[in-house]
Amino acid sequence: MEKLQSLTAHRLKELIEKGDVRPSNILSDLFDRIKALDGKVKAFVRVNKPDAAEADRVNKAGKLAGIPITIKDNICVKDEETTCASKILADFKPPYDATVIKKLRAEGAILMGKSNMDEFAFGSSCETSCYGPTKNPWDLERIPGGSSGGSAAAVAADETILALGSDTGGSIRQPASLCGVVGLKPTYGRVSRYGLIAFASSLDQIGPITKDVEDAALLLGVIAGHDEMDSTSVDVPVPDYKRSLVKDVRGLRIGVPKEYFIKGLDKEVEDSVRGAINVLKDLGAKIVDISLPHTEYAVSTYYIIAPAEASSNLARFDGVQYGHRAKTSKDMIDMYIKTRSEGFGNEAKRRILLGTYCLSSGYYDAYYLKAQKVRTRIREDFDKAFGACDLVVTPTSPTAAFKIGEKMDDPLSMYLSDIYTIPANLAGLPAMSIPCGFSKNSLPIGMQILAKPFDEETIFRAAYTFEQNTEFHKQKPKL
Amino acid sequence: MSKTIDKTTVKHVAHLSRLELNDKELETYSGQLAAILSYIDKLNEIDTKDVAPTSHAIASLKNVFRKDVLKPSIGAKESLKNAPATEGDFFKVPQIIEGK
Amino acid sequence: MNYETVIGLEVHLQLSTNTKAFCGCSTKFGQPPNSQTCPVCLGFPGSLPVLNEEAFNYAIKVALALNCKIQDLIKFDRKNYYYPDLPKNFQISQYDMPLSYDGFVDISSGAKRKRIRIKRVHLEEDAGKLMHPAGENYSLVDYNRGGMPLLEIVTEPDLSSPEEAYDYLTKLKSILGYLKVSDCDMEKGSLRCDANISVRPRGETKLGTKVELKNMNSFKGVKLGLEYESKRQVAAIGDNEKLVQETRLWDVEKNITVSMRSKEEAQDYRYFPEPDLVPFVVDKITIEKVRKDLPELPEAKTDRFVKEFGLSEYDANVLTSDVDFAGYFETCARSYKNAKTIANWLMGDIMAQMNTRNAGIKELGLTADGLVALLKMIDSQAISGKMAKEVLLEAIETKKDPAIVVKEKGLSQISDSSKIEEVVSVVISREAKTVADYKNGKKAAITFLIGQIMKETRGKANPGLVNEILKKKLGE
Repeated sequence: MEKLQSLTAHRLKELIEKGDVRPSNILSDLFDRIKALDGKVKAFVRVNKPDAAEADRVNKAGKLAGIPITIKDNICVKDEETTCASKILADFKPPYDATVIKKLRAEGAILMGKSNMDEFAFGSSCETSCYGPTKNPWDLERIPGGSSGGSAAAVAADETILALGSDTGGSIRQPASLCGVVGLKPTYGRVSRYGLIAFASSLDQIGPITKDVEDAALLLGVIAGHDEMDSTSVDVPVPDYKRSLVKDVRGLRIGVPKEYFIKGLDKEVEDSVRGAINVLKDLGAKIVDISLPHTEYAVSTYYIIAPAEASSNLARFDGVQYGHRAKTSKDMIDMYIKTRSEGFGNEAKRRILLGTYCLSSGYYDAYYLKAQKVRTRIREDFDKAFGACDLVVTPTSPTAAFKIGEKMDDPLSMYLSDIYTIPANLAGLPAMSIPCGFSKNSLPIGMQILAKPFDEETIFRAAYTFEQNTEFHKQKPKL
Repeated sequence: MSKTIDKTTVKHVAHLSRLELNDKELETYSGQLAAILSYIDKLNEIDTKDVAPTSHAIASLKNVFRKDVLKPSIGAKESLKNAPATEGDFFKVPQIIEGK
Repeated sequence: MNYETVIGLEVHLQLSTNTKAFCGCSTKFGQPPNSQTCPVCLGFPGSLPVLNEEAFNYAIKVALALNCKIQDLIKFDRKNYYYPDLPKNFQISQYDMPLSYDGFVDISSGAKRKRIRIKRVHLEEDAGKLMHPAGENYSLVDYNRGGMPLLEIVTEPDLSSPEEAYDYLTKLKSILGYLKVSDCDMEKGSLRCDANISVRPRGETKLGTKVELKNMNSFKGVKLGLEYESKRQVAAIGDNEKLVQETRLWDVEKNITVSMRSKEEAQDYRYFPEPDLVPFVVDKITIEKVRKDLPELPEAKTDRFVKEFGLSEYDANVLTSDVDFAGYFETCARSYKNAKTIANWLMGDIMAQMNTRNAGIKELGLTADGLVALLKMIDSQAISGKMAKEVLLEAIETKKDPAIVVKEKGLSQISDSSKIEEVVSVVISREAKTVADYKNGKKAAITFLIGQIMKETRGKANPGLVNEILKKKLGE
């Protein structure tokens, strides 16, 4: 029999439906795998081993009946520890389920654990976690990307079937790219944020990290949809994404922005992505040269807006209602200061300081307001571009996975590794990373596909066509 | 913009954020924040005089309300179960000294 | 030197919606601590706010009733500061684009009418409540109040005396009462008032050093606090003391204001648009519809009462100050023609009862029908005016219908002349000496005789008839 842990969700679904496989069989293979490997990869911060009989009793009619899924540790699961990989949320057990968790449960998915991440999703390498770094399954000396590094590594290492991540500036797509898996950041408002512990509210989205495009479509179909608990959730019908899985890109206009192929882009990455674009061209897509002139300002804009929102979102971690509280304190203010200084790691502090500064009296107009205006310009760039094309294709990350520790002392260079993923968040667009090549060192390389708001379907169509005509997604790390 | 951030400012911002930094941290953060801010200064190259700010990526979204209908509360027990300190059904906090 | 006082008021009003501003928890007052809470109003990680439509509608109603303009694009902002009654350490409020602005309220202080400009009316969420157990070095937090919808109503510094501040609050409360958007109870904290006060030499255009005055728990407290503070500031200037910009608390026990904190560290609230809420737009048609649907407000009602019922402006003003009181008057006036008589009773004995009992007209338990029946008994001389006052008291005391009180006490007036004649004869023959005095020109003696007759009838004799019959008999 095939190793169940290495199969996709849609394949396992067929096997379960036919009665060839029981959910408990999948879990048992996965937990064997985790036991053997996760000491090295460290993708998980907590695993839940559901009772076998209970696992086999799931709602058989559900779209994800019996399929195990791993949840990033910033998504609330009722009565289960949810910490954002931060000491300040130690032992926090939310009294409620995030909307996506409710939806997963309703469709019969099995929650098998929580994955590691950069603390509060602040990072591109998974190194800022209070639990220590996750390793890239393709090279354990290297980072898996971040912040959803645990989810991407778990999928890549066949330690889970599906995973959820969250993406504020590339936190799903960049680790998916670096781990050789599929990662989708849906349109802002497509998936409810209720229960996602906020990093930057106007940028955050939850999305799937999967082994192939079909699984991403399956999972998005489950978690997407309007939620009355989230004011920013958009009431647009959720299409049947399975119908977008057609092997045909003929006539699709694919825009290639010249501003993404510049200094700082690794030659191997460029070659792979250009090769992929040629594949799409050969399959009948029309390649269009486009310009997104404000691309070079995206990182600056992001590193004002995201930390500013974060500084306010993270103010609530103060030791009053939940999480860590400093043991001794003279008075209330002293308690706040000690609790927060002990509870937050360096990167969290750095971003809180930066965000607070950008909002503080006398600087608001120069920083926050300015950034919001440039954000408008970046959105307008895309509006214009999408007049000339249906999709935009770019590299996901300027380089393949870098070494652990390489960028830890240089935050700016770390921030710049999100240069290609940030614009989609600023403009609220859907964007996916899919495997499109490997470096000489056998490190995965990803291609990013962006579409108009709420047009995930066209992304699925192009990604599926590419995937079905290439073999990159079938490669597995040697572990 | 283009003001570089000095240690006094970092200290002030830290206090606003309810964080305390030791001398070494103050040194490190001041340097790093200055580098980031000087990179961010790039934005001054763009004229944004007549540009409307974007707070929400999906600009069409407006007037999202809920009806004034009661929903069950989670109750004191659930509310308090994560609390580091409680007394009765209250959250308990250290004394509050005004004016600090 | 002659000084003038400059006052601006900031009223916080809890809206009486069923649920909180951004979640479905109840707003019921006086429940066990932290029982009306959920992840949203506790600000738990991952929770998100969704605006209560009713709270928003109430806010628009108030804004229009206060003659404000409605903002074209309404947005919410986060006001960031650390305090344990604030579960997220920011308050969802409104900063540079408040819901409404540029309104006014007309007040009448004595005979003077004055327009008080409203700077802004905006919607925000309330904070939780802190308890400080006596003698302990810790505090306790209850978040039941956290997240309740709160309107902030801010005036321009147009009030020039504590009396005007009092009159403004009274008028504001009256208008709010008509709109039925809040119970406006200062004791329960559903209406709270802070004041900014400064003094300056009369004729000076620059504002003096401003003091923020807090902790006034009644309208009277506001007046007393402002009076004290105004005098304190004038005296300080007279003594060449330098006034500092600070927050002071009204101490209701000692009748003084005390410094709470000086604003040496200017607050930096780091306002920015609340990313978890989307903007709100009210179109012109909706605004006009809400405006049209506003109830008749005190001023319009006053004018109508003057025209329709021939009341004096003063009477009409008093009657319309409270929406229930005005409604009560109108109910009475529908079944009783003499409006002035109703007004006199309402503004006299009944209002006195409301004041002593600290009750509204509804709580008094006297139905409009009951009052009308009482007035009709006076008209038909079934009872005397004096008796009616006693009946009224008894009816209020026992919550019984006045007609029943009259019946039970056997208070019906004796208007049967033959019965009165009998009593008059008895008294005349018994009090021969006084009768003689009267006949000898001591006209005042009649008062004693009437008293005796009333005593015999236990006050029930129709005084007019007694007078008539007695004079007739004495003249014989």
